[in-house]
Amino acid sequence: MLSLLAATPALPLDEAGKYVAGAYIVFLALLVVYVAIMAAKLQRIERELRELAGFAEQRNEQRAEVEAEHAEVGGG
Amino acid sequence: MYGKGLRPLSIATVAAILAAFSLVFFYTPLDADQGFIQKIFYLHVPLAITALVGFVGGGLFAIAHLRSGNSKWDAYSYVSIHISVIFGAAVLITGSIWAKASWGHWWVWDEPTLVSFLIVFLMYATYYPFRYAIEDRERQGRYASVFAIVAGAFVPLNFMAVRMAQSLVHPRVFATTNGGLPGSMMLTFLVCLLAVGLLWITLVKFELTAKSASGQVKRLRRALDAPAPGSRSRIAPEVG
Amino acid sequence: MTPSRVAFAAILGKDLRAELRTLQSLPAMALFAVTTFVIFRFGLDRTQLSGSLASGVLWATLLFAAILGINRLFVAEHEEGGFDAIRLAPIDRSALFAAKAAALLAYLLAVELVVVPVFAIFFLDSAAALPPLALVLLLADLGLAATGTLISSMAVNSRARDLLAPLVLLPLVVPLSIAATGALEPLLAVGGPGYHRFGTWLAVLGLYDLIFLLVGYAVFDFLLED
Repeated sequence: MLSLLAATPALPLDEAGKYVAGAYIVFLALLVVYVAIMAAKLQRIERELRELAGFAEQRNEQRAEVEAEHAEVGGG
Repeated sequence: MYGKGLRPLSIATVAAILAAFSLVFFYTPLDADQGFIQKIFYLHVPLAITALVGFVGGGLFAIAHLRSGNSKWDAYSYVSIHISVIFGAAVLITGSIWAKASWGHWWVWDEPTLVSFLIVFLMYATYYPFRYAIEDRERQGRYASVFAIVAGAFVPLNFMAVRMAQSLVHPRVFATTNGGLPGSMMLTFLVCLLAVGLLWITLVKFELTAKSASGQVKRLRRALDAPAPGSRSRIAPEVG
Repeated sequence: MTPSRVAFAAILGKDLRAELRTLQSLPAMALFAVTTFVIFRFGLDRTQLSGSLASGVLWATLLFAAILGINRLFVAEHEEGGFDAIRLAPIDRSALFAAKAAALLAYLLAVELVVVPVFAIFFLDSAAALPPLALVLLLADLGLAATGTLISSMAVNSRARDLLAPLVLLPLVVPLSIAATGALEPLLAVGGPGYHRFGTWLAVLGLYDLIFLLVGYAVFDFLLED
């Protein structure tokens, strides 16, 4: 098996180093790009949750107002 | 709860990757014939093996989806294939870099495993436009599962056919099988395989967690009767 | 429950009769193939083809002509609501898969009956290779029929359906194409038909056919669910 490898010549170390580095850098780059895309998704989720929290609080305030009115009308 | 266990998993993945890269660059001896270029192999081959296992996994999840009707299997299937396609792109790019370093060309048709992988990649790349074209969500999930099963059956046939197509006159095959590796290289290879495998699992879990979070936001939105936002993903299953 | 044989024969008969009556796909497929040969004649700047060039031109042309037919395979069902009728009928749904695949196979064979002699007349020295060539094409068409029916049945329910079937089908038939051209190339060699690895390639074709016929038969039920 290893004798087949003899058909491929070895590059000098400094040149080969660039290719090896390139390969590992591509791997890291893809990983980082993936993280960036997920970060964007996370931002969107945070934004929507913030919006929904505001919506829920607003609705609670409105309900509290309405109940306060009823209490006045009913109790008074 | 998809996020559970994500932290220990990612810590394990980081540790494994650090260990793997350290072994590759500080421990294993230089290959006698290929020299320093052979180091690409410790990255390229584990990525390929993991991607292929991921594709087969996508097919298995798809079978579970069709049999149970539970859409969570569809999500597992989609994410498995999605992450494997990304790993597949890395396989092709690192394979191309290795080809350039070894033979001076950015692509060689003589290397049957790389060519087979290209075809498999092209097959699974059609998964996205295929899903996107089917509008009804439930049907989309079912058809996607059929696709994943058909494509899973296709993978071994493809490798076999491409290997057979190799002209026997051209033995410029790079022996990538484990059979020829001496002990120290084998150890490094296995650690790299473990690291890449853990990375795949971590990314799948990560993606599923993100989808689940989006799904919970939608659920909350519905429960509050809040108005819906503008954009929605037309492909990719929702995770409830 | 209507036996599958009866359902199979009924659906196959309906398809073949409809095609014979309207002649929508077959003449177009044949004409497409012959014109493509002319384009290859000029594109490759050759008047005689042999070996790998001949097998490549022949198979690629037949494949692209097949895609024309595959795109149209389920269109009638889709437009006239035929899927509903089949869903409601008390038959084994996989009978629909078998019938449609058989119909597609019939179309492919019918087109090849015209196109292959034309190819021989245009580009080949002798017709000696034609009988074994027919065997290779028969096995290859079986695989094409199985995968084509499967993909077409999904594509018909989608947007951009004419685009989707070729897109997904082409990578899927790469192993089939490798085996078919692998067998055809020595058959079309200059000195006369050769049989280098003929049996092996036929075995690969048979394996491909078997696998995808089984897979298609097994999953087709899930495709017709509402």
